[in-house]
Amino acid sequence: MNPMLNLSPQDWFDLFIHFGLLSLLGIGGAITTAPEMHRYLVDEKQWLTEASFSSSIALAQSAPGPNVLFVALMGWNVGLNAGGGLSAGPHAWSLGFLGIFATMAGIMLPSSILTYKATQWAHTNRNLLSVRAFKTGMAPIVIGLLVSTGWLLSAAHRDLQQDWKLWLVTAAATILMLKTNIHLLWMVAAGGVLGAAGLL
Amino acid sequence: MSEEATDLRQPQSKTELFIVFTLLALQGVGGVLVVVQRELVERRKWLTHAQFVEEWSVAQVMPGPNVVNLCLMLGGKYFGLPGALAAVAGLICGPLVLVLGLAILFGGVSDSPVAQGALKGMGAVSAGLIIASGLKLSTTLPQNPMGLWLAIAFAALSFVAVGVLRIPLTWVLPCLGIVACLLAYRSLKLVAESAIKGKDKDPA
Repeated sequence: MNPMLNLSPQDWFDLFIHFGLLSLLGIGGAITTAPEMHRYLVDEKQWLTEASFSSSIALAQSAPGPNVLFVALMGWNVGLNAGGGLSAGPHAWSLGFLGIFATMAGIMLPSSILTYKATQWAHTNRNLLSVRAFKTGMAPIVIGLLVSTGWLLSAAHRDLQQDWKLWLVTAAATILMLKTNIHLLWMVAAGGVLGAAGLL
Repeated sequence: MSEEATDLRQPQSKTELFIVFTLLALQGVGGVLVVVQRELVERRKWLTHAQFVEEWSVAQVMPGPNVVNLCLMLGGKYFGLPGALAAVAGLICGPLVLVLGLAILFGGVSDSPVAQGALKGMGAVSAGLIIASGLKLSTTLPQNPMGLWLAIAFAALSFVAVGVLRIPLTWVLPCLGIVACLLAYRSLKLVAESAIKGKDKDPA
C-alpha cells in the first residue's frame, strides 16, 4: 500500500517551493488551495495516497488549533512515506519532521512576510484616507463572509427532515454564544458527546 | 467606540503573548477565530470589536492562512517582529504537537462511527459559534462611515454571494471589495472636508 518513495534533496526543495507559491495564492485561507495540493501531491507526484490526503485534512479540522495544520500533516505523511512508514523507526520520523518543515515553512513564510510588511506600511500610513477606506470598506464584507462560513459548515447537512437535529444543535450553539458566557469548549464538547452517543 | 477604547488592556510581555496564543489555539476546535474574538475582545479586552474587525479585514484579504496572519498582526502591534513571532509560535507549536500525537495514535480510529458521530456533533456546534461571532461583530456596522444601510447591504451581499450562491472568494473579495472601498473613501472624504470647512468657519 505504501510503496517506498525516494525523495531527493531536489524533491524536498520542490515541495517547499510549491507550497511557497500556494502561500501567495491562498487568499481566504490555505484551505482554498487544497485542490491544487491534491493535484500536486496525489496526482502528479504520487507522494500521498488519496486516503492519507483526505485524512490529513479531516484530522486537522477536528483537532484544536489553526486549520492550516493540515499542511503539516501532509508534510508529515510525505516524509513517513519516504522513510518507509511510521514503523520504520527514527529515520522515517526524521523525514516526517523534514516534511513538516518543508510544507509549513513554504505555506507560512511568503504570506507572513508579505502580511507583516503590509501591516507595517498600513500602520505608518494609518491616517491616509485610502488606508482607512480600505479597512472600513472591507469590514462589512468580512463580517458577511464570517457568517457565510458558519452557514456553509451547517449547510453541509442538506436534508432538513433527516438532519434537523444537527440544525437544532447549530441554532442552539449560535444562541448560547450570543446570549451567554458559557465557555466555548463546553459547547463543543457537548456537541461531540451528543454525536458520539449517536443522537444526532 | 471611544468609550470602549479607554479601558483596553494589553499584553505585558512576549511570553504572555506566546502563552495566551497557545491557550487560544488549543481551545480552537473547528476554528480559532471564534476563540480569538471571544478571549481577546470580550474577556481580555485587548481590542474593541471594531478594532478586531479592522484587523480581521486585513488578515482576510492578505494571502496565506488567515488566523496566522491575524496573530502575526496582533503580536506585531504590541512588540514588533519578536511579538509577531511569539504569537505565531504560540498559535502553531502546541497544536502541532497535539495533532501529530493524534495522527500517530488515532490515525485509523477516525473512521469509526463513534468518532464520526462526535465530529458531526462538534462540527454542528462550531458552525453555530462562527455564525454567532459574525453576528456579534455586526454590532460594529452602525459605526461604519459608509452609513448603516450601505454597511448592512455589503455584509448581506457577501453572505449571499459566498454562502448561498457559492461564488468563489477570489471573485467576491475583489469585486465587492473595490466598490465598498471606493464608497468608504468617498464618505470619509466628505467627512474630512466638512471638518475642514467647519474649522475654517470657526475663527471667522
